[in-house]
Amino acid sequence: MAEDEIVQFDNVGLRYGTDREVLSNVSFTLFPGRFYFLTGASGAGKTSLLKLLYLAQRPSRGAIRMFGTDVITLPRDRLPAYRRRMGVVFQDFRLVDHLSAFDNVALPLRVAGVREADLQAPVADMLEWVGLAQRADARPATLSGGEQQRVAIARAVIGRPDMLVADEPTGNVDPEMALKLIRLFEALNRLGTTVVVATHDVHLLRKVPDSLIMRLDKGMLADPTGALRYPPRRVGAGT
Amino acid sequence: MTKPPALTRAVERGLAPFRGRRAAHLLPRARLGGPMPWVIAIMVALTVLAAGGGLALDNLSDRARGDLAGSATVQIVEADPRQRDRQAQEAAAILSQDGAVEELEIVPQERVEQLLEPWLGIDNPQDTVPIPALIDLRLTDDADETTLERLRHLLAERAPAARIDAQAQWLAPVLSALSALGWAALGLIGLLAFTGAAAVWLAARNALGTNRDTIEIVHLLGGNDDQIARIFQRSILADAAVGGTLGFVIGAAAVWLMGLQFSALDSGLVAGGGLQMSDWLVLALVPVGAVVLAVLTARFTVLATLRKIL
Repeated sequence: MAEDEIVQFDNVGLRYGTDREVLSNVSFTLFPGRFYFLTGASGAGKTSLLKLLYLAQRPSRGAIRMFGTDVITLPRDRLPAYRRRMGVVFQDFRLVDHLSAFDNVALPLRVAGVREADLQAPVADMLEWVGLAQRADARPATLSGGEQQRVAIARAVIGRPDMLVADEPTGNVDPEMALKLIRLFEALNRLGTTVVVATHDVHLLRKVPDSLIMRLDKGMLADPTGALRYPPRRVGAGT
Repeated sequence: MTKPPALTRAVERGLAPFRGRRAAHLLPRARLGGPMPWVIAIMVALTVLAAGGGLALDNLSDRARGDLAGSATVQIVEADPRQRDRQAQEAAAILSQDGAVEELEIVPQERVEQLLEPWLGIDNPQDTVPIPALIDLRLTDDADETTLERLRHLLAERAPAARIDAQAQWLAPVLSALSALGWAALGLIGLLAFTGAAAVWLAARNALGTNRDTIEIVHLLGGNDDQIARIFQRSILADAAVGGTLGFVIGAAAVWLMGLQFSALDSGLVAGGGLQMSDWLVLALVPVGAVVLAVLTARFTVLATLRKIL
């Protein structure tokens, strides 16, 4: 694995319990600074693949290397350091109910040990950017679905992660906000963050011309040419 | 959008612990707290009572043993009063010459009658029942059987009616009972500690279940087990500190009041069971121990549960 490859899946399979595999022989490589869409019908295994990506799940078989490290055999007490290099937008947002929008967005910084005085401005800026500056003190229960989604996105990108993983991030917002969020992801991508967006919205794919598309079908990654597994190097990518 | 400089510095510092008020803020207070301070208060109060009782019994037992260890009583069991008095005088003379005897006193007849008054009445009991003459002995060393046997042999010729017994021998069943009560108090403290730990274990597991979503989020954002455990530790620390203080005040007040009640009995034996300053310091360690036990139990419970998830 070359040093600049951020993620490499090699014949990865995943099954829950004794059920059939929800992911089979998934192999691909992600490079830093690239924008990836993960598509597929409902039940194709997109969320399961993302769980492997954001280290919420270990595969049943195969090998996964992230940031140059074999994360399958990595002791669990070393996983948090890798999770901190990622931002995740969950399909169901997963905001902490009793914390305000501000505190939810500040959570990754606090977990990372940022001092209170140092996080006020970045969090306020981020809330401003997603158009929620006026709702900073609001609890998630009082926010609309779209507002909750924007808080979830702000939380995922506040720490300028090396890789952003988003599960249907535009599912609950209007087209205008969806486009704005995609532009945010693109801006982040231009700064060097690898972006992986799972979506079943085919219109969204056209919004990012340079993106690469990974399509899952019944747990199998459609990669007939091997381009995802052995992608051509992009000169200067991620550097 | 630029990378927040604050995060850069944090990353350079390494994984800073996520703790304190900010971390505790992650868990809704009421969910973890609930009845826990009251449970801990009751446990601490009962432990202080048991420990106070145990220490008092130990003091009483120690003092009784110390007082009686070198004491013996000579009884002259002789129906004829003149013979009895003569043998008592002879025995006292012989014993006072012996090196093993530090001091002795022939107990005056009036005092013996006084001691027997509750059983024999006040109308010259010596006229109806022969009352033995008594000699109190204080030995230089413990009143062991070898010494007593030697003294019996000394008295055998000139005071054949003399019987010598170690005073500790009379109280042996009482001391044994006190020792058993002391062990019972220790066992009770152990049970209370176990029950308290079990209560905290249940509360921590319940809180983990209730706050599972929050914990998973912190986990997925890169929070490590230690950070998450600290959140629970802090919460249980506050509960245990409040409960421990309350329990200690209640328990110590009960021990103090019971001490007053017993001292009012004005009994020599019971008066020996008072608590010393060092005993009160030991009792003051009970709530501290309860807090430590609660925090450690919460920590190990949380860590054990977290290890089951990736």
